[in-house]
Amino acid sequence: MTTPMTEAVDTQALLARIAELEQRVAALEQSPAQGIEDRLAMVVFSGDLDKAIAAFIIATGAASMGLEVSMFFTFWGISAVKKQKVFSGKNLLEQGFTAMLPGKLGELGLSQMNFFGAGARIIRGLMKKHDVASPEELFAMARELGVRMVVCDMSRELLGIKDEELVEGLETGGVATFLGDAARAKVTLFI
Amino acid sequence: MPQFDQTLDVKGAKCPMPLVKSRKAISELPVGKVLQVISTDRGSLADFQGWVKTAKNVELIAQETVQENGQELYVHYLRRTA
Repeated sequence: MTTPMTEAVDTQALLARIAELEQRVAALEQSPAQGIEDRLAMVVFSGDLDKAIAAFIIATGAASMGLEVSMFFTFWGISAVKKQKVFSGKNLLEQGFTAMLPGKLGELGLSQMNFFGAGARIIRGLMKKHDVASPEELFAMARELGVRMVVCDMSRELLGIKDEELVEGLETGGVATFLGDAARAKVTLFI
Repeated sequence: MPQFDQTLDVKGAKCPMPLVKSRKAISELPVGKVLQVISTDRGSLADFQGWVKTAKNVELIAQETVQENGQELYVHYLRRTA
């Protein structure tokens, strides 16, 4: 059985404990979720049309929800942000890559059932029929919504892609550019 | 039907355009005002519920499905909170 004396001591201890917890809550509120922001960071690695569509739909949707969005285009994914093919000033191997790879978003093929581009044309036709925004419209919308677009400079050079082949206004960067955004992001995707 | 101050017609638009256009319309709306969004996209019902979980300064007041000329319309009411 507790005496009134020990009860008073218990209350004192409890109050001290509450004060300590309040301080810790206040400290946590100062830095919510340890630096995690309303941010989405994605790597666009694939040069397939279907995956590019998914990437741009997620990017525009996230931006409309108020997330800061970063897209990091690397390897085959760089094709999604090209605007033309340039052959001059390239060696034979680079010219081969340029010939083989899509010259712009409009030339991307499907990851499945592409049938030498016929599949991509069918999907584009279906999107139009169903009033889905075209890949080009989605790309333009993403830019309008302030989506950060970074091109991996290392893989750009590796594939022999020149700056004048890329859409204007893109940033260039490397792995740390992506990770700098990804480390603070609530959502990270590799497409 | 809740009261609203402005209407946004996104009939025919598919994911993600209803959200993108609503974001733009909400940001141009005065604080406290209500936007009515009329969509034909069935997915927009669940989409707007998910949208307001993350989107800031906006709340979903109501959603309703109405028939118009044999077509289902999905109507959303969003209030700008800040």
